[in-house]
Amino acid sequence: MHLHKYEKIWLTLGIASLIVFLSVVGVSAFSQNHTPAGGMETIDPKKVNETAPFDNPGVTQLDDDTYQATIVAMAFGYNAPELRVPVGKEVIFKVTSTDVVHSFTIDNTKVNMMVVPGRITTKSYTFEKPGTYLILCNEYCGTGHHMMYTEIEVYEE
Amino acid sequence: MIALQDRKLALWNIGVAYVAFLIGTLCGLLQVFIRNDALQLPAWLDYYQILTAHGVLLALIFTTFFIFGFFITGMSKSLGSFGPKVRLFSWIGFWVTLLGTVMATVMIISGQASVMYTFYAPLQASGFFYVGLALVIIGTWISSFALVGHYHVWRKKHKGQLSPLFAFMTITTIIMWIIACLGVVATVLFQYIPWAFGWTDTIDVELSRSLFWYFGHPLVYFWLLPAYMAWYLIVPKLLGVKVFSDSLARLSFVLFILFSIPVGFHHQLTEPGISNFWKFLQVVLTFMVIVPSLMTAFSMFATFEIAGRKNGGKGLFGWFTKLPWKDIRFTSIFIAMAFFIPGGAGGIINASFQLNEVVHNTLWIVGHFHITVGTPVAMTFMGITFWLIPYLTGRKFTKSMKVLGLVQIITWSIGMVLMSTAQHLLGLLGAPRRTAYSSYNDHPAALEWFDGILTNHVTMAVGGSILFVSAMILIYIVVMTMFLSPKAVETKDMVDFPLAESDMSNTPKWLENWWIWIGLAAALIALAYAIPITHMIQNAPPGSEGFKTW
Ligand code: HEM
Ligand SMILES: [Cu+2]
Ligand SMILES: [Cu+2]
Repeated sequence: MHLHKYEKIWLTLGIASLIVFLSVVGVSAFSQNHTPAGGMETIDPKKVNETAPFDNPGVTQLDDDTYQATIVAMAFGYNAPELRVPVGKEVIFKVTSTDVVHSFTIDNTKVNMMVVPGRITTKSYTFEKPGTYLILCNEYCGTGHHMMYTEIEVYEE
Repeated sequence: MIALQDRKLALWNIGVAYVAFLIGTLCGLLQVFIRNDALQLPAWLDYYQILTAHGVLLALIFTTFFIFGFFITGMSKSLGSFGPKVRLFSWIGFWVTLLGTVMATVMIISGQASVMYTFYAPLQASGFFYVGLALVIIGTWISSFALVGHYHVWRKKHKGQLSPLFAFMTITTIIMWIIACLGVVATVLFQYIPWAFGWTDTIDVELSRSLFWYFGHPLVYFWLLPAYMAWYLIVPKLLGVKVFSDSLARLSFVLFILFSIPVGFHHQLTEPGISNFWKFLQVVLTFMVIVPSLMTAFSMFATFEIAGRKNGGKGLFGWFTKLPWKDIRFTSIFIAMAFFIPGGAGGIINASFQLNEVVHNTLWIVGHFHITVGTPVAMTFMGITFWLIPYLTGRKFTKSMKVLGLVQIITWSIGMVLMSTAQHLLGLLGAPRRTAYSSYNDHPAALEWFDGILTNHVTMAVGGSILFVSAMILIYIVVMTMFLSPKAVETKDMVDFPLAESDMSNTPKWLENWWIWIGLAAALIALAYAIPITHMIQNAPPGSEGFKTW
């Protein structure tokens, strides 16, 4: 098959930059742990409220530098009493849903996780600035979708 | 001109497409005003009902019917008139698709299916909504098989010959479409329908999402490839040159069969149930599609340059001014292509493993598909409409229609730039998509999103209103050229199907050996999906009951 000389140059440059780009993304993902939200744990969506850790949602301290925030999403709100975490500490968010698919999205951060019934989504995040952040649902979940929100307070120790 | 019966078939498809376009864009207009709180809907109608209708009617119905109208005309033109069987099955396909469309639309309008065109479980619409969707897919399969049959007859009569480029590209698109639909057919038939009618109690949500997106991404290539056909085949004719390279065009199309399907996980990057390795693998496969896109870009610009130089353009960029800018058939498609440059760049951002978290499900995404489907694809279809309908009806495309066409394209572009820029920026700031506008109880963080020069309440509404005016001009052109414009009597008034010549003398035969491509596609799909889907099924949580949260 005939390829024009310029076209070969164009495709070679294109494919080379593709390889560079994907390598950057891959290295950042797998050797620096910059991966999006996920997790392989499952849960019975009907028994969320009686299954640990969702039987006791909220923030708990795991060790000196790590906190866990457990949240239950449902139409149209989040069950997560008093979300307060310190600045500069790793916070592990664990979220699940008792009904339809929602999201758990913290404005101005990279926490943007899909919440799927039957599954537990996990995301680790460290806040760098104190303040009150808006948390909202960005997956359509019904008539109250645009009213589904809460807040998290990040305080200075 | 092609046979009268084939013309009828094509016109009915295009007619339905534009009815869907009319209702869909009306919904779009309502949306921009509701989001602003400028409009209050009556109690029986709500935002999410309208948004579902908008997505279904524009993204699924308008595109599908238009594409089949275009394919039918081009296949009849390049391979000869349809035989009676092909015609019969094309009509059956048309009616089945239409029946499905009507069923789904009635369910949406009666408020029993406010589940968006993505219909994610366990939101549970009426079972008839899913039956309607299934009929839409089955109808397109029947229409597809009719076209494949037509092609098959031609090949038997022309043993050892490569088929004309238009037919080749149509068949490529159809093969891609049929493989892609397997996912949505599987989930709708085996998961949604039994569950919505109460024959099963629960549904496996994550599995249904993965099967949906197995289909959902190639769906966008089903919209795009017919537009590419116009870029590769129609544009050179308008410019008075040949297809740049026949083999290159074919190769880029078959690469789409390979790399459009095993990529659905890039819509699921921020969700549980799929491990990072498999997500990343599909990200890599997603990016492979950049190769045929680069090939297409190269061919396009090479075609422009060759044509411009032929018309006397000098210097490095002199050819640019020599393009037929006054020809609305060309200008519309050129602008459509130009929109695809930022559209494609945005797509790279969306699919990037980590960057996706920044934009996932924000208004950015809405901006993104309005400058990919809503403009490059839809505007290419508009450009095709200007000559396709007069070609089929034998009416003139009059001077005033040409002027109106230009106004239509320019207003669509302006409206889209305003609306989609606002949407992209709002999305970057964090404003979510699919929300009847709300400020989260005047939360300061939410109010901040709308504070900018472009990111305020007004820009999107102004853009949306201009778009709607543009859509109505188009509808006027469609009605005129379909029913009212004067018939073309003299040859100079007859509108042509502008199909460029394509030199096949250097094209290798193996490009048209479909089994190679289908086999490779199956291997790639198995590589990308077999293990994660098996894992998903074996480690499934207890299923979900249905919820009607609207
Ligand atoms: C008059 C022209 C149009 C206007 C004013 C318009 C406006 C809008 C708005 C405001 C939204 C979404 C908002 C939200 O997320 O809440 C939207 C969504 C959407 N639009 Fe358009 N649009 C137009 C034309 C089109 C066209 C031509 C297409 C495709 C062919 C299209 C496809 C879509 C899709 C697929 C969605 C997403 C629906 C969903 O999230 O389920 N739109 N449009
Ligand atoms: Cu929600
Ligand atoms: Cu929601």
